[in-house]
Amino acid sequence: MENQNSIITKILKSGVITWILLLLIWSFGALFYTPDFLPNPIVTIEGAKDLVTSGTLFADIIVSLGRVLKGWSLGLLFAIPVGLCVGNFKVISYVFEPFLNFFRFVPAIGFITLFLLWFGVGETSKVALIFYAVIFPVMVNTIAGVRSVDYSLVEAAESMGASKRRTFFTVIVPSAVPNIFTGARLGLSGAIICIVAAEMLAASEGLGYLIYTSRLYYRTDWIFAGIFTLGLIGFLADKLLRFLGAKFLYRFGVR
Amino acid sequence: MYIKLENINKNFGNFKASDNVSFEIEKGKLIALLGPSGSGKTTILRMIAGLEHQDDGNIYIDGKLVNDISVQDRGIGFVFQSYALFPYLTVFDNIAYGMRVRKKSKEEIASKVEELLELVGLEGLSKRYPDQLSGGQRQRVAFARALATEPQVLLLDEPFAAIDAKVRKELRRWLKDMIEKLGITSIFVTHDQEEAVEVADELIITNQGRVEQMGTPVDIYRNPKTAFVAQFIGESVILEDYEYEKIKGFSKKENTPKAAIRPEFVQVFPAGNRQEKSSADMKGKVIHTEFRGTSVELTIAYENLEIKASHQIEDFAVKKGDEVYFKVTRLYAFDDNNAYTLINETLKDNPEMYYI
Repeated sequence: MENQNSIITKILKSGVITWILLLLIWSFGALFYTPDFLPNPIVTIEGAKDLVTSGTLFADIIVSLGRVLKGWSLGLLFAIPVGLCVGNFKVISYVFEPFLNFFRFVPAIGFITLFLLWFGVGETSKVALIFYAVIFPVMVNTIAGVRSVDYSLVEAAESMGASKRRTFFTVIVPSAVPNIFTGARLGLSGAIICIVAAEMLAASEGLGYLIYTSRLYYRTDWIFAGIFTLGLIGFLADKLLRFLGAKFLYRFGVR
Repeated sequence: MYIKLENINKNFGNFKASDNVSFEIEKGKLIALLGPSGSGKTTILRMIAGLEHQDDGNIYIDGKLVNDISVQDRGIGFVFQSYALFPYLTVFDNIAYGMRVRKKSKEEIASKVEELLELVGLEGLSKRYPDQLSGGQRQRVAFARALATEPQVLLLDEPFAAIDAKVRKELRRWLKDMIEKLGITSIFVTHDQEEAVEVADELIITNQGRVEQMGTPVDIYRNPKTAFVAQFIGESVILEDYEYEKIKGFSKKENTPKAAIRPEFVQVFPAGNRQEKSSADMKGKVIHTEFRGTSVELTIAYENLEIKASHQIEDFAVKKGDEVYFKVTRLYAFDDNNAYTLINETLKDNPEMYYI
């Protein structure tokens, strides 16, 4: 009995049940509609096959991933130091936080037209949009990380003679790592969400472009394939990020 | 005097954490700041460290006025209640932290860390992280880390509070031995009397931001100077309103209406075949017993009073409901400010009859 139980829990925990349920509901729902309206899983897989054999899906993935990674890493490079400074220095926080608390509620989609206007139709505007989507969750979490540092660690460092500067780099920054990491994860999901918006206008390739332009050919199955690919990329990217975090940042409290 | 506090005042908003605190500590002494929570003992410790700043008054360390010297330059070692070890650094790097700040050479750091690890009995654990250590081991690392910068003064905030009871006793003795061996002037904060008495050379009793009394444990135990100390030290029964007049051998002392009687001041005899009757004997009934390891604390009802007595188990067996004879050898009579030791008048002539 116990063995059986443990197998059942294992299956439950693996999430397989969730996927099977989703497929069932989807297939069932698709029975009532035409494939143009709601394609069933098999039609979608066939549609995806077209995209794979023609090579467009793979190319789109590469292009979109490239943009996401570019925007995301630039976002981290900007948002982490800024967040650390805003969290640590009162004067900077007074100046910067109102600005931060205003713009973090304005979604990236709101800026599409402006960014096209300012940065042109090339890569810059798309990366800029992703950058914008990434920096807010990273900054907000980094600031929270700095502010939740165990103050006795700071006092311990100071009692051993460490200057403010040294304390900042050897105590505050390492203590904020788990929050920064959470911010980076949220930033990555923000970047992937934002890629569709970024590629909706003035793009000639990418998953967002695929999803947006498939409507022109009434290829609902391609839209579905694109959506699933995006979800899968996000899912795997987050898994990979967490794996790397737990492997290399374990000592800083990343789990 | 090695450490001197002069008329220190400190307020947190409306809360008076230090109220004209003054005391002096000799070099090499191990001092306990003892008091109930909120009595201002940790604030005193943190002001000596420079982690907190007094509103007025002066602090001297080794004859030097340190009011304007920051925590970084005061030359103190601080052991935090929560140890405050850096969780992302190994034991080695934790201990080396202060030496790296001081730009010591690699070889010097390595040999000093090794030496300290040996001192605290954690050889071979230098590569561990704090979360791979037990509470007692972490405490030892915190101690080693505080000593690594060779401070003039070691300050410890409730050093045993986070350790389970069994290890705590062992660690107390260890800390006392260690500090004696090093000869470093040390001050630790505690709310545990047993701990303070066992570890410290001298106690400073704090209450409501004031220093009530300073002295050796024996001195404070035997001659409490203030009403607070008389009540706080030991587990005394407090009598109000000259009730102590009802106790045989004691008469009213003018203007000192209250009295504290410690369980150790009460001797108990079996009610049956008592040989030596003394005029101080009173007859009471045991209404409660509480097991204390080698002794039992008896609560004895006498007239309308409830007196507590510490009774050695091997003397004779007592259970709830038994009638016993007892006498009180001494008590502390006190008013709002001062405490006086009163010795049982019938026992004064033959002093071998009382102890403590």
